[in-house]
Amino acid sequence: MHSNISEVSELPAAPPPFTLRLHHWVTTVDHKRLGVLYVLYALVFLVVGGIEASIMRLQLIRPHNDFVSPQVFNRMFTMHGTTMIFFMAMPMLFGFANYLVPLMVGARDMAFPRLNAFSFWMTALGGLLLYFSFLGGNGLYGAGGAPDVGWFAYAPLTAKTFSVGHSTDFWILSLLVSGIGSIGFAINTIATILCMRCPGMTMGKMPLFAWMNLVMAGLVILAVSPLSAAQIMLLIDRYLGGHFFDTQAGGSAVIWMHFFWVFGHPEVYVLVLPAFGFASEIIPVFSRKAIFGYSVMVMATVAIGFISMSVWAHHMFTVGMSPGANTFFVISTMAIAVPTGIKIFNWLATMWGGKIHLAAPMLFCIAFLFQFLIAGLTGITLAAAPFDWQLGNSYYVVAHFHYVIVGGIVFTIFGAFYYWFPKVTGKMYHETLAKLHFWLFLIGFHLTFDFMHVPGLLGMPRRIYTYEPGRGWDLWNLIVTIGVFFQAAGILAFVANLVWSWLRGKVAGNDPWDAWTLEWSTSSPPPVYNYAVVPTVLSRRPLWDLKHPEDPDWRYE
Amino acid sequence: MGALSVSPHESNIDWRLPARGRVGMYCLICAESAIFTIFVVAYLFYIGKSLTGPKPKDVLHPPIFFTVCLLSSSLTVHTAVRSLFRGNLAAFARWWILTILLGGTFLFGTLQEWRRLIFDDGLTVSTNLFGTTYYSLVGLHAFHVTMGLVALSTVVVFYFAGRLRREHAERLEVLSMYWHFVDAVWIVVFTVVYAVGV
Amino acid sequence: MRRSLEFVRRICILSVCAAMPVLAQARVDSRLPTNIFAPASTPAEAIFGLSIFVLLTVAGIFIVVFALLAYAVVRFRSRPGDDHSEPAQIYGSDRVELSWTVIPVLIVITLFLASARVIASVQGAVPPPGALEVTVIGHQYWWEYRYPELHIVTANELHVPVSDRAHPTPTFLTLLSADTDHSFWVPRLAGKTDLIPNHPNHTWIDPYEPGVFLGQCAQYCGTQHAKMLLRVYVQPPAEFERWVHEQEQPAQSAAPSTGQRVFESTACVNCHTVSGTPAKGRFGPDLTHLMSRDTIAAGAAPNTPSMLRLWIRNPDAIKPGSKMPAMGLSDQDVEAVASYLETLR
Repeated sequence: MHSNISEVSELPAAPPPFTLRLHHWVTTVDHKRLGVLYVLYALVFLVVGGIEASIMRLQLIRPHNDFVSPQVFNRMFTMHGTTMIFFMAMPMLFGFANYLVPLMVGARDMAFPRLNAFSFWMTALGGLLLYFSFLGGNGLYGAGGAPDVGWFAYAPLTAKTFSVGHSTDFWILSLLVSGIGSIGFAINTIATILCMRCPGMTMGKMPLFAWMNLVMAGLVILAVSPLSAAQIMLLIDRYLGGHFFDTQAGGSAVIWMHFFWVFGHPEVYVLVLPAFGFASEIIPVFSRKAIFGYSVMVMATVAIGFISMSVWAHHMFTVGMSPGANTFFVISTMAIAVPTGIKIFNWLATMWGGKIHLAAPMLFCIAFLFQFLIAGLTGITLAAAPFDWQLGNSYYVVAHFHYVIVGGIVFTIFGAFYYWFPKVTGKMYHETLAKLHFWLFLIGFHLTFDFMHVPGLLGMPRRIYTYEPGRGWDLWNLIVTIGVFFQAAGILAFVANLVWSWLRGKVAGNDPWDAWTLEWSTSSPPPVYNYAVVPTVLSRRPLWDLKHPEDPDWRYE
Repeated sequence: MGALSVSPHESNIDWRLPARGRVGMYCLICAESAIFTIFVVAYLFYIGKSLTGPKPKDVLHPPIFFTVCLLSSSLTVHTAVRSLFRGNLAAFARWWILTILLGGTFLFGTLQEWRRLIFDDGLTVSTNLFGTTYYSLVGLHAFHVTMGLVALSTVVVFYFAGRLRREHAERLEVLSMYWHFVDAVWIVVFTVVYAVGV
Repeated sequence: MRRSLEFVRRICILSVCAAMPVLAQARVDSRLPTNIFAPASTPAEAIFGLSIFVLLTVAGIFIVVFALLAYAVVRFRSRPGDDHSEPAQIYGSDRVELSWTVIPVLIVITLFLASARVIASVQGAVPPPGALEVTVIGHQYWWEYRYPELHIVTANELHVPVSDRAHPTPTFLTLLSADTDHSFWVPRLAGKTDLIPNHPNHTWIDPYEPGVFLGQCAQYCGTQHAKMLLRVYVQPPAEFERWVHEQEQPAQSAAPSTGQRVFESTACVNCHTVSGTPAKGRFGPDLTHLMSRDTIAAGAAPNTPSMLRLWIRNPDAIKPGSKMPAMGLSDQDVEAVASYLETLR
């Protein structure tokens, strides 16, 4: 049969019109495009959340400041927390996982591509709902706008009595909607990893990034659901006259705390495990050594997943639990430090004896190691419950969790951006601009979050729109605010780099880093079908085996 | 260009992985179980703590008949799926429709019980802690039964449109797992509400 | 690159050094009235002891691991003239993994035992016979104090007797809430404990030096959470007795002034109590001995004539979003009411 293929392929394709391109993006079910959509969405909210933080820090630059009113400030910390967790960190990490996991396991797409798209759009809708509250909501005392009950929305502050109007409802609904998206994504990730690995890739040969996302997805399924349940209960209280958290009817405010933190604590592991995944891919490549102790890393990750479900009430040491309960949560919280510490040692051992290349991805991961160490140690101080009776709900806690989330997670996210940017776009980023981003952000991060511990130690509680002079807090608050400017400058350099490099970056090629996992065997960017021939693998580092046929990994694993 | 096969020789290994539909459904069931667990915990926590109003033992009558209907529907749906695996579409349809009828009967029973509780006993979701937790837990379950019935009915529509084939047996088995889950949840809810809480 | 890493190291060391003066020297510095490292009461002291132990332990861990990390980054950098050979690939070592599992486990067990001991001693304390009992009720955004055995009700400034270490006279606080969650935190006296509606909590203090101890609400409770301040007046026994005696008196019953008439006919009495008069409102602070207090509006303003008048005229000027409404009084009425309140010693 005479084929027309050669004739068709000689015609240069005209670029499709903008509306058609837009239509392809909006209706896509391709995991790579959805991954990019998630990440771009998260970047927008990174900037928005950063602006909210800046407003707060400007208000707190000196005592009795009047840059914003208490009503606005309280909305700022609520929105900043909710935005950064649900509409920045989660979509960012889901986006990277979406893009990379199928490629890394040798699959052509996620297990359920349409569910993938549905999950993204639900998450996106959630974010829009939350921000619509600025227009459509009413807060405490009916004064307009966004929710102002704090990102953990303790009862009974969220009851109709104390939160008139709809601002709290926007908080509830936006998270219920995006929760559906999160659970959909988690189901998809688990099914992809369990059911779609390429031949030869047993569970013990998957990249660690895949393992981290597997455990993360399991935690999403077990943790986001309790939050959804609690929010349904809150809606029933607010609109159907229910009494779940109605203390006047015998209900319990503490049970909201339990339900919330049963979500809230595993949630931080949902955020940190993919960050560990980034570090576990980047550090070996830039140290030119295999990850030290792969099996132990897997076991430690699984252990973290399990233990993380049992530590939640360390957020509640001050609510008056019994000594027995307090003591239990001390031990479970401290226990989780052990597998976490093991991981730090394994990364250190990976670098040890290697040949470390200090390109941008590695700089961010090295900073992550130092900073996550400190974050973990301040976590241990908080795990000692009596010490938490002083430190809890103070700026020490705020410093601690920002150290984890910014110093740990955001730094590895930046590293991941630079590491996989060539793969996703086909272009190399600008290395000097990336280093500028690194140093500006590092300085800003440390100015802000190192010194933020001090006001906490000196008795400054969190969530206050102003503070008294004469308590020794003034200088530290000033320094903390100054750090924000450096971080903002760093983010500017970052965004400029992304845009400039996407437009003008040098062609990157398939494998600019001489790396070892499957995604580097495809073109940059990969074709829409990922792999023309589904690969077969024999070890954890299939490309190492190809590049070193005389000394392949499968001899040693 | 596309990827190279990264092994020096063609793959001749026996490579079987779990079916993704099954794994996906198990994950969904885990997530739903977590949601139900929270409602069950709230129910258990608030037993005996209502300040006023009707108490469970005053107004609750265990719905034995309707429970039997629902639990039998697990057997019927299982039989339906087995029939489809054997290629007997007519038998499949009969057992599948019977499942829907049994599920519908259960829902009818729930609604009937609620009508009695609301209008005769004066128990609503806002009456007291018992009312709030009872209607929420039983209602959440009834909602899942309803969703299941919608899904099952959609399959019947496909059957009557002539689009159902033996090849769909595995997918319908995955759907039937959801139905089994709904029944299992009822066992827990029944125990908590009508046995433990009374 | 070496310069850059030096810089990073210096920042970290600087942070630690910045904290040290706070920790070590400024223990009882009046410029740091809420310093958790300057305990003046047994619970705070027990926490302080634990905190030093924990901090030293984590500092030790930090120094060791930091040094190893810094060394690795410097020592194993790829050099410019390097050939592109790969270093030896090491996949793991069971012995090494075991050692850095066992050591953290031992550290964790030690820290846990130290914490458990303090939990038991602080939470397990039983009121001795001489103990003072106070009920603290948290409101949006002020503190109500009831002394059940002494039949006193006051607001915002808690008076307790100083406790002798040899013969302690601690104060045991029962913590309740009238609305949302609050938290009682006076760092130099004790760790914080929350006030949660329908969930009574208990804490205790036994301050062993007299003075005024500061703190504030530490659980977000609404718009004016930031200005729900705490002042604890620790007094020698004679002074405390005097204060109790004064608080027990009802308001002086002179002939009702204009101000008292305005006070009682405007909505003031819906929220405030002045004992010995018809004013019996419970929503806001008891004003019977308003002039015995140094501050108003839960510490948001000093109790001066001008502040008092400003508060009555326009509460939002001092504490925007507080629950006290501006009653729209004329200047004359404001002056009259303020003058009346100034008689409530």
